[in-house]
Amino acid sequence: MRIIVPIKQVPETGAVRMDEATGTMVREGVEAIVNPLDLYAIELALRLRDSSRSADGEGNHEVLALSMGPPKAQTALREALAMGCDRGVLLSDPAFAGSDTWATSNVLASAIRKLGEFALVICGERATDGDTGQVGPGIASFLDLPLVTYVSRVRSFGPDEMVVERLVEEGHEVLAMSLPGVLTVVKEACDPRLPTLRGKQRARQAELVRWGHQELGLAREKVGLAGSPTRVVRLHRPSVARQCRRLIAADEESAALAVRELVDILRQKNLL
Amino acid sequence: MDVDKSKIENRKTQIEASGIWTLAEAAGGKILPVSFELLARGRALAQKRGVRLTAVLMTDRADPEGLEELIQRGSDAVLLVEHPALEHFLVEPHAACLVELIRRHHPEVVLAGATSTGRTLMPYVAVRVDAGLTADCTGLDIEPETGNLLQTRPAIGGNVMATIETPTARPQMATVRPRSTRPLPRETVRRGEILRQAPPAKLASRVRRLEFVPLPDARTIADADVVVSAGRGLKTRQNVRLVAELAEAFDAAVGASRDVVDRGWLDYPHQVGLSGKTIAPRLYVAVGISGAIQHLAGMQTAQTIVAINSDPEAQIFRVADVGIVGDLFTVVPMLTAAIRKAKELNAEDAEERGEKQDKE
Ligand SMILES: Cc1cc2nc3c(=O)[nH]c(=O)nc-3n(C[C@H](O)[C@H](O)[C@H](O)COP(=O)(O)OP(=O)(O)OC[C@H]3O[C@@H](n4cnc5c(N)ncnc54)[C@H](O)[C@@H]3O)c2cc1C
Ligand SMILES: Nc1ncnc2c1ncn2[C@@H]1O[C@H](COP(=O)(O)O)[C@@H](O)[C@H]1O
Repeated sequence: MRIIVPIKQVPETGAVRMDEATGTMVREGVEAIVNPLDLYAIELALRLRDSSRSADGEGNHEVLALSMGPPKAQTALREALAMGCDRGVLLSDPAFAGSDTWATSNVLASAIRKLGEFALVICGERATDGDTGQVGPGIASFLDLPLVTYVSRVRSFGPDEMVVERLVEEGHEVLAMSLPGVLTVVKEACDPRLPTLRGKQRARQAELVRWGHQELGLAREKVGLAGSPTRVVRLHRPSVARQCRRLIAADEESAALAVRELVDILRQKNLL
Repeated sequence: MDVDKSKIENRKTQIEASGIWTLAEAAGGKILPVSFELLARGRALAQKRGVRLTAVLMTDRADPEGLEELIQRGSDAVLLVEHPALEHFLVEPHAACLVELIRRHHPEVVLAGATSTGRTLMPYVAVRVDAGLTADCTGLDIEPETGNLLQTRPAIGGNVMATIETPTARPQMATVRPRSTRPLPRETVRRGEILRQAPPAKLASRVRRLEFVPLPDARTIADADVVVSAGRGLKTRQNVRLVAELAEAFDAAVGASRDVVDRGWLDYPHQVGLSGKTIAPRLYVAVGISGAIQHLAGMQTAQTIVAINSDPEAQIFRVADVGIVGDLFTVVPMLTAAIRKAKELNAEDAEERGEKQDKE
């Protein structure tokens, strides 16, 4: 039984700064990490693998991490291996550059198809850089698989069906999905483990499979910027200014005045 | 361009309800508010582009009053698919329907809410119809000549706004942040058509819904008229009480910045901002919040914004209508008392008016 986890390498967005003069992102010195939300997908996959291994003994149980990105995205795959994933596949090709979510889903789905049989694909809820959450559903659609998004808990797993909880605005749904299928998971699903020392050693030596568009049998026009229907046409700093009426409350007395004036304004605006 | 041909095209458009589409969401037969927000967006685009606006409703059974309200709040037509398999949101049957409708009518634009439903359905459908899809838009505009949709959304952790186009593929699809706009008022004189559509022959789902467990705590900042939010300026968890009391005086919900949630002073459902909730209350009061761009992303569409902050340079004052520059530990208790008093007076006034009416 195989579980596939697509993971993305992203810049540490917390550390991203803007160049105020040019309005562009300062990339120097920004670390590349595994998309933090993908760690939950990895952890869930490892747990499902281990629980089915103990349920039906040694069989062929594996978790395979899959990443599309530049060559350095292999460090993200090695991190996944260090956590306990069994294999890593890197989808790297200059032709993939500039992919939007349609093109990314297409590449990932093609790789998953080429890998052969599997029970489950688990994606993160969204990548912290692109922040779309569209790739998981996109993969399911390309592969014509059932899909459950925002999974917060797995109640039971396999062999032909799994039961999960899905977080929605007003509560959670309990859903049964037939396998194979695709999930996207949220933070509530589990606590990601840290890589072990042994895992890190194994990860360093592990061989990663690397495929480009030819290995995947994808035409150049279907990948990268060429295969992406959307285009970013403009980046700008949001302008948000309103006319602010300032009331200075430097001491008790001026504070009392400021409060009185605020109450008057709220009353005029019919907010009390 | 051939004039006659364009006339025919126009008529065809009208009959076939292409133009701009928005997705209506319903739960238990009732249309959800996000549907009306989308119509407000769609109306502006349709007007600029000179095309019709159509609401798409996929449900097990439509409530006639809900259909009427979709028209009264901006749509020219409702494309309605009714089928028992559409009772709850399951991606496969809903996607099968929407794909079929898109292939039948060729809309230029399809908008859905960036809700758990919209964010699941739209990417599944976009792949099937080879369409571009932009997630979580906060701004939408259209170029009247080309019909290109200009989709603006926060990018790179909310530090910048990106504007995205889909120059060649149609339809252009986007999900829109809930509560980033207001519904249009109900116009009871508006008329429109209900176009019943047959569902596709096959509406299977490999996912079954077994059960639904509602949230125990339904009180949410998303629905509140007034939200009073706590920031790190409160300094300790105990002090959050000051904000809770002010909120109580206003009869408001309590919001929070991410710093406050990360510190565990309040739970995640209270978080306002890019990685929390987007809200548009009538009144937003920010207490000890600096106004980081990610926080502003969640509340700048509030009708009136009040900020209390000791730093005159704080970013929050750039979006505030009224700013009290001062120490929150002095200002907030005073304000709480003043609001309580104002509300008491209001209540007495109302009582007096009531008594007078009784006498008359
Ligand atoms: C990807 C990403 C997503 C994010 N998402 C969100 C989000 O959803 N929501 C969110 O809020 N943030 C979000 N953030 C974090 C955001 O950048 C800020 O760090 C956060 O909003 C700051 O919270 P704050 O205003 O409470 O704290 P601070 O920035 O520390 O501000 C505290 C304010 O209190 C004032 N103050 C201090 N003492 C007093 C006093 N005695 N009286 C009056 N005023 C006082 C100070 O002048 C200061 O302005 C996100 C960041 C990233 C990178
Ligand atoms: N380039 C990529 N390589 C592998 N997985 C990806 C990639 N991009 C997105 N994903 C997966 O899709 C999820 C959603 O990403 P996104 O739609 O970009 O927000 C991520 O959490 C990953 O699981």
